[in-house]
Amino acid sequence: MSEAPKHDRTHWGVYMLLLLGAALTLVPFLWLVCGAFKRNEDFFTSTFLPRGEGFLGIAWSKLTLDNFRTLLDSSGILRSMLNSVFLSSVTAVLATLVCAAAGFALAKHEFRGRRLITAIVLVAVIVPPTLLLAPGYQLLFKLDMLNSFSGLVIPALAPAFGVYLFRQAASSSVPNELIEAARIDGCGELRVFFTVAMPLLRPMAGAFMLITFLGVWNNFINPQIVLQSESKLPLAVAVSQLRGVYYQDYGLQIAGTLASVVPVLALFLLLQREFISGLTSGAVKE
Amino acid sequence: MKRGAPKFNVAPWVLLAPFLVCFGVFFAVPLVQSVGLSMRQTFGPAHSEFVGAANYRNVLIDPLFWKAVRNTIAFTAGSVLIQLPLALLLAMLLNRPGIRGRAIFRAIFFAPVLVGVVFVAMIFGVIFEKRTGLVNQALHSMIGWDLDFPWLQMYVMPALIIASLWQYLGFNMVYFLGALQNVRKELVEASTLDGAGPWQRFRHVIVPQIRPVASFVVLLSIVGSFQIFELPYVLFNGTAGPDNRGLTVVMYLYQMGFDQGDLGYASAVGWLLAVLLMVFALFQRRLAGESKQGVRA
Repeated sequence: MSEAPKHDRTHWGVYMLLLLGAALTLVPFLWLVCGAFKRNEDFFTSTFLPRGEGFLGIAWSKLTLDNFRTLLDSSGILRSMLNSVFLSSVTAVLATLVCAAAGFALAKHEFRGRRLITAIVLVAVIVPPTLLLAPGYQLLFKLDMLNSFSGLVIPALAPAFGVYLFRQAASSSVPNELIEAARIDGCGELRVFFTVAMPLLRPMAGAFMLITFLGVWNNFINPQIVLQSESKLPLAVAVSQLRGVYYQDYGLQIAGTLASVVPVLALFLLLQREFISGLTSGAVKE
Repeated sequence: MKRGAPKFNVAPWVLLAPFLVCFGVFFAVPLVQSVGLSMRQTFGPAHSEFVGAANYRNVLIDPLFWKAVRNTIAFTAGSVLIQLPLALLLAMLLNRPGIRGRAIFRAIFFAPVLVGVVFVAMIFGVIFEKRTGLVNQALHSMIGWDLDFPWLQMYVMPALIIASLWQYLGFNMVYFLGALQNVRKELVEASTLDGAGPWQRFRHVIVPQIRPVASFVVLLSIVGSFQIFELPYVLFNGTAGPDNRGLTVVMYLYQMGFDQGDLGYASAVGWLLAVLLMVFALFQRRLAGESKQGVRA
C-alpha cells in the first residue's frame, strides 16, 4: 500500500515536466495566432492579446483583420500559395513514383550494374546538398531552366535517400513469391510494379510523399536561387520578403507566416501516424 | 522464354530510367562539374577563367571564412549539446510506463518540425525583438529581465540555438522514443532485480541498446547544423547580421556565389564544407565505435 502514493508522486513530477515542455512548445504558436490579429502598436503593450475592459479582460475591439487584408491586397500572397501548392504536390507525386520504381528495381530485380547503382545511391545520400548549389545553378543556366518551375521540380525528382528508403521497404515488404506468381500469370514487369509492388509499398509511399511535400513547401534556398519573377515565388520566399529592413510590420509578418504554416500543420494532424513512422523508418533499420 | 534469347533484362532499366536520367543530369553531372568549377573564377554563370588552387587558398586565408567556421561550430556545439540531452530526457519521460496522453504529447513536441526554417526565422525574428518580442516581455514580467536585451544585435548565436531548439527538439525526441520503445524490458527488469539504481540502469542497460539510434541522431544533428543558412539569412534580411555575427559557412558560400557571382569560389567553399563534414562523420563513427567496444569489454 505504501508503494502506490510514491508512484503517484513521481508520476506527477513527470507530468509537470512534460506539461512544461508542451507549454514552451505551444507558446510561440499561441503568440503567432494572437499576433496575427493585433495592431502594430499593441505589440509594445501586450504580450498576447491587448488587455482591456472586454470579456476575460481582453480588449477585443483592438483586434483587427487588417494584417490579413494588407497581406491579400499588397503582397500577391494568394499567387504564392498556389505556387507552393503546385510545386509541392507535383514534386511529391512524381518523386515518389520515380524513387519507388528505382528502389523496387534495385531490391527485386537481378541485373548487371545493380550493385554499382546501389553503391552510388548510398554514397549520394551523404553528399551535402549545399555542394551542388553553385554547379547546379550554372547547369540550370546552361539548360535555360532558370526562373522556371521545371528548374525547381525536375532536379528534385531523384533524391538518393528516397531510392534508398524504397529499396529497404521493397526488400522487406514485397514477397518474391507474389512477384513470381504475377509473372506466371502473364503480368508484364511494369504491371508487376504498379499492381503488385505499389499497393504493398503504400505506407512508405504515403510517408515519403508527405515528407517531400513538406520539404518542398518549406524549401527556401532553391527557389531563392532559381526563381526571379515575383509571380513565381512560393510562400517561403515571398513571406521572407515581408521582413522589412528599417520598419518592421510585425502583424503583417506574423499573418503571412501563419497563413504559410497552418496548411501543413492541418495536413500533419490528419496524417500524423503515417508521417512519423515514415520519418523514422529509414533510420531505425540498418 | 525463348531459348538463346539474350540474358539482358530490360525491365529493371525501364523502372530505373527516370531516376537515372534525373539523377545523372541534376546530381552526378553538377557534382563532377563542381570539381572543375572550384578551380575557376567565374563572373556570373556564363564567364569564367581557370585559376587553379587559388580559390581554395583564398578561402583558407579569408578571415571572414574562419569567422563563419567559428560561428557554425558554435551553433553546432550549442545545438548538439543542449538539444540532444533534452530530447533524450523528454523521450525517457514519455516512455515511462503508465503515462497517459503519450500520442498527444508526441504530436505537440513534434509540431514545430513541420514549420519550415524560413517560417521559424519569421516567428523568432519577431519573438526576439527588443521591446515588442515575446522573450524579453515574458522574462521581464517573470524575473525583471531587461526589455531592451539585444538578442538580434549582440546575442545572435544564442538566439539561433534557441530557435533551432524549438524547431528540432521534438524531431530528435521521436527518434529517441522509438529507440527506447525497442529497449528489451526483460533486461531492464533483470537489472532492477539485481539492485541497479536508476543511473546504473540508464548507463549500463539502456544506453548500450539505444546507441545505434543515438549515434545516428548525433550525426544527423551535426550534419544538419553545419549547413545552417536560412535561419540567420531570413532573420537578418539577407545579410549576416550585425558585425557578421550570424555568418555561417553556407551563408558565406551563398554570398560569394550568388551575391558576388563567383560560382567557382562558392564551389571551393562547398568542397571544403563537404570534406569537413566527412571528417566529422568519420570521427563521430570512430568515437561511437570505440565507446561501444568499451562497453562490451
